[in-house]
Amino acid sequence: MTDTVVPQPAIASRSLWQDAWLRLLRNKAAIASLVVLALVTLASIVGPWFTGHAFDRVYPEYTRVPASLQAYPLPDQVQPAIERVAARLRAKAEGIVLSGDTAKVTLVSPRAIDERGLAFFERSDIFGKPSVLSREDEGKKLALTVPIVHRSFFFGTDANGRDLLTRTLIAGRVSLAIGLLAAGVGVLIGVIYGATAGYFGGRVDDVMMRIVDVIYALPFIFFVIMLMVFFGRNFVLMFIAVGAVEWLDMARIVRGQTLSLRRQEFVQAAEALGVDHGGILRRHIIPNVLGPVMVYMTLLVPKVILLESFLSFLGLGVQEPMTSWGVLISDGARNIQGGTYMLVFPALFLVATLFALNFIGDGLRDALDPKDR
Amino acid sequence: MLPYILRRLASSIPTLFLVVTISFFLIRVAPGGPFDLEQPLNETVLRNLRKLYKLDEPLWMQYLLYLQGLFRLDFGPSFSNLDMTVAQLFAKGLPVSIRLGTLALLLAVGVGMTCGVIAALRQNKGADYAVVAFAAAGITVPTFVTAPLFQVIFGLWLAWLPVGGWNDGAFRNTLLPVLVLALPQMAVMARLTRAAMIETMRTNHIRTLRAQGLSNATIIRHALRAASLPMVSYLGPAAAALLTGSVVVETIFGLPGIGRYFVEGALNRDYTLVMGTVVVIACFVILFNLMVDIAYAVLDPRVRYQ
Repeated sequence: MTDTVVPQPAIASRSLWQDAWLRLLRNKAAIASLVVLALVTLASIVGPWFTGHAFDRVYPEYTRVPASLQAYPLPDQVQPAIERVAARLRAKAEGIVLSGDTAKVTLVSPRAIDERGLAFFERSDIFGKPSVLSREDEGKKLALTVPIVHRSFFFGTDANGRDLLTRTLIAGRVSLAIGLLAAGVGVLIGVIYGATAGYFGGRVDDVMMRIVDVIYALPFIFFVIMLMVFFGRNFVLMFIAVGAVEWLDMARIVRGQTLSLRRQEFVQAAEALGVDHGGILRRHIIPNVLGPVMVYMTLLVPKVILLESFLSFLGLGVQEPMTSWGVLISDGARNIQGGTYMLVFPALFLVATLFALNFIGDGLRDALDPKDR
Repeated sequence: MLPYILRRLASSIPTLFLVVTISFFLIRVAPGGPFDLEQPLNETVLRNLRKLYKLDEPLWMQYLLYLQGLFRLDFGPSFSNLDMTVAQLFAKGLPVSIRLGTLALLLAVGVGMTCGVIAALRQNKGADYAVVAFAAAGITVPTFVTAPLFQVIFGLWLAWLPVGGWNDGAFRNTLLPVLVLALPQMAVMARLTRAAMIETMRTNHIRTLRAQGLSNATIIRHALRAASLPMVSYLGPAAAALLTGSVVVETIFGLPGIGRYFVEGALNRDYTLVMGTVVVIACFVILFNLMVDIAYAVLDPRVRYQ
């Protein structure tokens, strides 16, 4: 792009795409959206490795803990937790002293304490392996130091005690992947179908477009639900099912474009010069259709993500323990009285992504079609 | 005009027929049946049930029987809601959905158009940016996010409105669902109105009105008429969708509308209920598309129907 800035004796010519790219760069909303989208995508792909939690790891001690920057356990959670473990050992916890990452405690019991039972400490999510400082009264009194394991749940945990940050990021992977794949399938079918209908025209066009009209008349949700029912709850097939429904608009757009392109002088000129069908399609039709296709695809991705979320909301989409933003939002909506954070964080990610994609789509349309502003 | 309407209605019959046929066979090919329970039914019971609902006839016979019923406006009995016919279910649910949908539609058109006009008249000023931002938010934030959020804000924190329930259609209970339903449509309306108004205000006939020294209000009225065409064509399908209920809003607010029948019917393989919903929705779509065309002729004198 530097050649546009440096003054040159002869002005270098810019292609349609360079021109569009420059126009897009000048669109602040679109560029900001690109950055947001890149950040969300990067966080979703890389993030789950750095949160310190597996997305399906259940922490029974930490169900529905609210989002917090402070690491859990909170100081006032430690003492009751020690008392709970002590109760399981049929002992009483006395003299609990907290110091940083360890707790000192003396267990007192009427009978000798079985030290194998100390494993209960490790089994809770809060403590590490305790070490015995001293034994008194024939093992009826044990002095222990127990390390405290600190864990951060920046977005809190869900009703099962799973880290919501990790789950939101994993859900981002799923939602974005579904969006891209399904939109890809939809665009592929749509472009091939539409280009065929538009290029051959006449009878072929009539029949092919009548089929599109009939599918259009079917209630959309019905169609999607039927596809879900057919393919069971298979993850990959779901992409294809959604894509298979979303190609109708694409086919119409491409068909219209192809139809008008075929009558343009430059295509006729190419035909007169003896360029074959493949050459015309490759050199003239496809590059000219690509603009609207790209715009439509960026607008289709959020549509598909929304549709997937909607299906997941109905319980027809992604199945546990896998998750998507739709699943998390519907969980959050169900647990809304317990904690708003369970709804807010996944919703924030979803909405930011949808916003970004819509702005990018609008920006692309403005960039590729300068007269429509 | 009347012959045109009649012709349109007649031409919608084949469409309706195709939709009914495709959906009938689609749902019948789906694996599973209405009486597949977790604990399989006794064989005699199952046979009798299938006989009662004529499911033991060959498929083409069932199809013909269903069509025959449709001609008499008989949607058949519901499989999953025993003792109820599909028509009775609609008689119960449709008024709820229509009432919510109408209110949402009125709200969306009123507020959306006003916002759009204000934005167009103050293009690239503060009010315009506010409307554009609101429209972008309204279009992108899905209803299954706004609905629970509104429940928390207005129902729990502020405690102004009930969180859910129908309560025989009490006004307070309808407010939140109507707002949630209306918001996305409102956003689209605002966006469409803004774009159309900006374009119309630059046309020659508006410039002529300006030159003649007419008042601003009169000019806006004239411009609005020309600018309302894209809105009208959007409103057709949108109105049909709003009036036939929303699964999300009905589920979250616990309302007895017909939006849920579709999903429940498809999941329970309640063939008659699904088919009934398909027919009702298709009728609404056809009707509203017709109304769009009529409105076009009224609004734009250049449009003529023979």
